[in-house]
Amino acid sequence: MTNKVNDQSGSNNSRSDRSFYDEPIKAVRLRHPWRIFSAALLVLWVIAFLTDAAGREAYDWNAYGEYVFDPRILKATIITLQLTAYSMLIAISLGVILAVLRQSPNPVFKAVSWVFIWVFRGTPVYVQLVFWGLLSTIYPTLFFGAPFGGPGFSIDISHSSSLFWIAVVGLGLNEAAYMAEIVRAGLLSVDEGQEEAAKALGMKWWATMRHIIIPQAMRIIIPPTGNEVISMLKTTSLVTAVPVSSDLYTRSRDISAETFNPIPMLLIASTWYLLITTILMVAQYFLEKRFARGHAQIAYGADPKIIGEGA
Amino acid sequence: MSTPMVHADRVRKSFGTHEVLKDISLSVNKGEVMCLIGPSGSGKSTFLRCINHLEEVNAGRLYVDGVLVGYREVNNKLHELKASDAAHQRSDIGMVFQKFNLFPHLTALENVIAAPTIVKKIDKDVATKKGKELLERVGLSSKMEHYPAHLSGGQQQRVAIARALAMEPKLMLFDEPTSALDPELVGEVLDVMKTLAKTGMTMIVVTHEMGFAREVADSMVFMDDGRVIETGTPDSVLLSPQNERTKSFLSKVL
Repeated sequence: MTNKVNDQSGSNNSRSDRSFYDEPIKAVRLRHPWRIFSAALLVLWVIAFLTDAAGREAYDWNAYGEYVFDPRILKATIITLQLTAYSMLIAISLGVILAVLRQSPNPVFKAVSWVFIWVFRGTPVYVQLVFWGLLSTIYPTLFFGAPFGGPGFSIDISHSSSLFWIAVVGLGLNEAAYMAEIVRAGLLSVDEGQEEAAKALGMKWWATMRHIIIPQAMRIIIPPTGNEVISMLKTTSLVTAVPVSSDLYTRSRDISAETFNPIPMLLIASTWYLLITTILMVAQYFLEKRFARGHAQIAYGADPKIIGEGA
Repeated sequence: MSTPMVHADRVRKSFGTHEVLKDISLSVNKGEVMCLIGPSGSGKSTFLRCINHLEEVNAGRLYVDGVLVGYREVNNKLHELKASDAAHQRSDIGMVFQKFNLFPHLTALENVIAAPTIVKKIDKDVATKKGKELLERVGLSSKMEHYPAHLSGGQQQRVAIARALAMEPKLMLFDEPTSALDPELVGEVLDVMKTLAKTGMTMIVVTHEMGFAREVADSMVFMDDGRVIETGTPDSVLLSPQNERTKSFLSKVL
């Protein structure tokens, strides 16, 4: 091979032959025998595991098939989705409020936000959920209103029917602390000149936030928020601490307590969690694309030649 | 004699203990183009930012078109303006920044029509029609759908000028509009500004472009260390400066 290359350059020694430069280089590719070998080995291992798993009795694939679309499992999946959606709704709204309070020039607002984040991020979510479950033994009714007996309204939380909502609030409050930090990072990522330009055009604070700052912050906020939603979907399996037993994981454990066959039920629960996660990942991809406008050529590899095109 | 467009009366401004503006008094008449020159750190940009209340004045009075900036004066006592009133005050003062500060998530046209539709609540079709005319005026009719990242610096600054003009300002402030540009792109921005000056727009321009200043400006102010050192026509300031500091500055930049 080396000889041939030498021959060619030798015969074109004058370098006046343009084809020497114009022709694309055709070189023999470097081989990676170890890479191919280890990849093949990996594939073989996976195949061996799958064929073994397909025949292994303990997985009990018949039971898997029997229960995977069981109405109780489907209902529990819906409950898990509701827990995720409602608690994320609380977390995102409260997170935005906490992030804004944190930026406020008022020291009281700043401190309240800081302490909230400190407490809810500093204790385990499982412990928090157990605590919220016991809340009704401390406060049988919750009063919302002005302090020292001013106007307001009370909610009785001692019924077992309120446990679902206690779980939602418990998960939401914990997550809000994380969302606050994500939102804050997003707001801080927007260049100061943007707020200034909007101000100079006569936009008020809220208009500036809504039309200029938040749309740009979203590009930074959405990817970690997507991760938080996926993470929340899985964290809902801890609501058994409250205790709520209608979610996907707890319900599938309950069924296996009747059938004495836990492994297929765990596989079923995992299947549904994985399916929802996959759907969420697709949704996240499209959301990120939507909010990357103006940055699209960087994030999504569109034709970079358009940059710096003349007038 | 009509009210001046901008009237500064013994304006002072400090950041902490550092006094950036020390006793600035000057007037800009309607239709006048004034160029502010001076070494960096002399307070030119800060003064410009005080005019549309992006910075608060610490002492003295600043009037735009006869109206006190940032405050209401009742019985010799100043009251801070509500944020919404301050925003309203800014809406007819256009500002062009050194770093353009275009909204990167909006196209050139969307940048131009954002403020008219959001602040003035002008119908989107009407604003779009006017926005297109403005972009044509700055020579960017083929770039309306481009995002800022797809435009050169000169093109971005021209969009920024169109964006400011879309609010139909009575006064335009330019804060070193060509300082962040590659040398070959400076001309296209200055051309747009020259055309604008010819339409009778009142302009205050912080700049280092002495050629532009001589050609376009009606008056020139040299600032140093937070004070107005010398005022006059561009020719008198540039060609026969009276003050030693002006002379020494000009000897470095010309």
